[in-house]
Amino acid sequence: MSGDGDLPPVMLPSGRTLREPAARAEAKAPAAPPLLELRGLSVEFPTRRGTVEAARNINLVVNAGEVVGLVGESGAGKSTIGNAVIDLLERPGRVSAGSVRFEGEEIRGRTEAEMRRIRGDRIGMIFQDPQTSLNPLMTIGDQLAETIAKTTGLRGPAALARAAELLQQVGIGEARARLKSWPHEFSGGMRQRVVIALALAGDPDLIIADEPTTALDVSIQAQILDLIKALCRERKLGVIIVTHDIGVIAEIADRVAVMYRGEIVEEGPVAQILGAPRHEYTKSLIAAVPRADRKLHRFASVDYIEGGASAARRIDIANHWLGRSESPKGTGVAVEIEHLNLSFVLQKALLKKNRRMLKAVNDVSLTIREGETFGLVGESGSGKSTVARLLAGLYRPDSGMIRVLGQDVVTNPRAPEARRARRALQMIFQDPYSSLNSRMKVLDIVAEPIRFYRTTGSEEETRRVVADLLDHVGLGAAAALRYPHEFSGGQRQRISIARALASRPRILICDEPTSALDVSVQATILNLLKDLQEELGLTMLFISHDLPVIRQMCDRVAVMRHGAICETAETEQLFAAPQHDYSKHLLGLMPSMELLGPTGL
Amino acid sequence: MSAVEPRVDPAAKPPSAWARLRESDVFHSFVSTPSAMIAAAFTVIAILACFAAPLIAPFNPFDPAQISLWDGKLPPAWVEGGQAQYVLGTDNQGRDMLSTILYGGRLSIIVGMAAVGLGMVLGVGLGVIAGYVGGALDAVIMRIADVQLTIPGILLAILINGIGRAFLPPEIREEFAIYVVIIAIGLTDWPQFARVARGATLVEAQKEYVQAARVIGLPGWLIMLRHILPNTLRPVLVIATIGLALAVIAEATLSFLGQGIPPTTPSLGTLIRVGNEYLFSGLWWITLFPAIALVVLVFAVNLLGDWMRDALNPKLR
Repeated sequence: MSGDGDLPPVMLPSGRTLREPAARAEAKAPAAPPLLELRGLSVEFPTRRGTVEAARNINLVVNAGEVVGLVGESGAGKSTIGNAVIDLLERPGRVSAGSVRFEGEEIRGRTEAEMRRIRGDRIGMIFQDPQTSLNPLMTIGDQLAETIAKTTGLRGPAALARAAELLQQVGIGEARARLKSWPHEFSGGMRQRVVIALALAGDPDLIIADEPTTALDVSIQAQILDLIKALCRERKLGVIIVTHDIGVIAEIADRVAVMYRGEIVEEGPVAQILGAPRHEYTKSLIAAVPRADRKLHRFASVDYIEGGASAARRIDIANHWLGRSESPKGTGVAVEIEHLNLSFVLQKALLKKNRRMLKAVNDVSLTIREGETFGLVGESGSGKSTVARLLAGLYRPDSGMIRVLGQDVVTNPRAPEARRARRALQMIFQDPYSSLNSRMKVLDIVAEPIRFYRTTGSEEETRRVVADLLDHVGLGAAAALRYPHEFSGGQRQRISIARALASRPRILICDEPTSALDVSVQATILNLLKDLQEELGLTMLFISHDLPVIRQMCDRVAVMRHGAICETAETEQLFAAPQHDYSKHLLGLMPSMELLGPTGL
Repeated sequence: MSAVEPRVDPAAKPPSAWARLRESDVFHSFVSTPSAMIAAAFTVIAILACFAAPLIAPFNPFDPAQISLWDGKLPPAWVEGGQAQYVLGTDNQGRDMLSTILYGGRLSIIVGMAAVGLGMVLGVGLGVIAGYVGGALDAVIMRIADVQLTIPGILLAILINGIGRAFLPPEIREEFAIYVVIIAIGLTDWPQFARVARGATLVEAQKEYVQAARVIGLPGWLIMLRHILPNTLRPVLVIATIGLALAVIAEATLSFLGQGIPPTTPSLGTLIRVGNEYLFSGLWWITLFPAIALVVLVFAVNLLGDWMRDALNPKLR
């Protein structure tokens, strides 16, 4: 599927293009060289601890009208390749070998002035974060006009007219009026459209999109991917899309190259790579992708990636310290939340009527049964994390009732019974980098609740328990003497889990525990959580924006939007037959995983 | 560019504290910044020399048996009329200048460190509490700091110093002068520390490790002490270093104005003041050498503080 088939007529930008369509047609003739050809490209970063080869011997071809996906996990070197093509490598990185041919011409080693002309004019870039790739002090129109002036020489009203036209093309209505808007007046998705319009301003032949949808919600992700795909088809653009997300690849790419530790391990048509991968890494990567179409008991072996995680040593829960919880016995219901409300003040004012409030949590009621995994799903800003923080006692509700193991924890949160109930409830946070105190050793981090509540008889026993816990989460007891910064994101999340377990909780709140992690690491962490739940009989509140993850983890799910719960249902029932319109909408936005074969299931 | 993540083998032996220091970015920045190394060398030598004064100084300026008024007002050794045993000359009372500077420097550094220590404990404590507790307490503490910052520091120090002396009975006034000076400078210093500590606290309190500590159920004071305080110390260390230089100057200023350390146990500032009286009679060495010692000490400490600010600021790295 190269995109050369029957397509809608090419949408020409108002005849002011610098290159005529004829020239494009010529470039596509069979004899013509491919749009972009990388041969043996290597990039290295000299550091004081030796030279790091970020990319090794990369061979890649991009043709006009084709979307090539570059997929890999963090540190695989996929962004480095995109930056190397347009000579925007972060210092002190440099291309050490190989060639970059653009329309048959070598562009490696050009001067900065020449490269600047190629960037924008011939090759457009779309970056990850639309918040930071627009200048907040310039109107949308001015930013577009500036780029247009640089690349096409159009000025004044002509440039603004072209800017409006570009906005129209990326699907922004009332484009003329929007030219006077400021970036902060646009939503994230709209901003990313403007960034795409900026990339198109010079009428480029190739677009490099570096994680273009990672910072966006699913509903907006789908729109942006559709837009990029349509632009590629209509304007015969070559597109390189750099992403860590197999779902995005399945959605948009024609061909895909899989990167692992600086090398392309496998490359081919997307159906073949996703459906029948050959390389071991690709196989385990795809096995680690949470599937939306079926529920698995555990993720299949994903050992290829996180070799550091040693097999968890089993401990005899019944006789171990971990099994002797002091928390009150429940009555079959772990958590009851009734008519919970919380508003944040957006704008302070003396008079009540002038205050602007945001209803972060709006009349939320839910019941979590003992031993089940309850999912909360919704887009960013839906209030799901706020519910978790209310339950954990980090915020106090404006009104409503929370009962943990039958104990009211809202009316008098300082009462000893309320405190004891809260101790049965622990939380795992999203960001593995900020959720551990970098000044404390892992031993002290994990031992903190044990030492504070004196739940062991002696310091010696505390150390033994910490060692067991670290063993149990797959880190190994030796990790206790190290500092958190020495560990990778997945390993840190294991430390977080060990710390939560050190309170001997009955209920575990997981607030997007894996959304900052690579997909393979995510699979190992989700497996660990599943194992722990089975062994310890934990109740879990699992919060995620990622529907496939929810399907793998949860027994029941509540869908949240604008601070309120739209629908609560058994997971299988929700995925099979959603009742609420918003649930249907959300489910419809999931990237289709039909291409993924049964590898590793 | 996605950074390459650290991947350690958890079973391997953890590095020692010294190895960690050797590998750290701050150490690397230090050995690749000549000005920082020179400043550190000067600071360390100056501090060591001053604290070792009783061992290395040729004379003890506080021992009346070693002082002879006959030897008063001798010029430095290389000037005509100078004596080899008094390398930098003698002052009006016949005390050896080099020994007096070493002993005086020791006093200046002790006063500076103690004053900065006082200001730091007070300021960081109040700043962390203000930042973590917030609300009315925060407003009250920080407004007091703001008001104090509008008054020039040295004036405030003179005021506190004056009040402190007035409360002391005259017979112990001389003896306790040094403590009064320390308190005066320390009380002038604290708003700087409070502001920096509060700012850092506001950032740290948002982080998830603090929330995790709250979920565990730790009380507020323990969270502040164990979690927030250690993570706010980097910027505080920078302020403290620069503050040390400023405190030494403040002490010298007070002493120069006759409000600080009495001439019987002179600090650098007192020496400069005493020498100042003889400047026009041609006895330049009595004021010049203590002044040079003061400038070198303050400059070196300041340079060190400047480097520290850059090296410890992750944004500039």
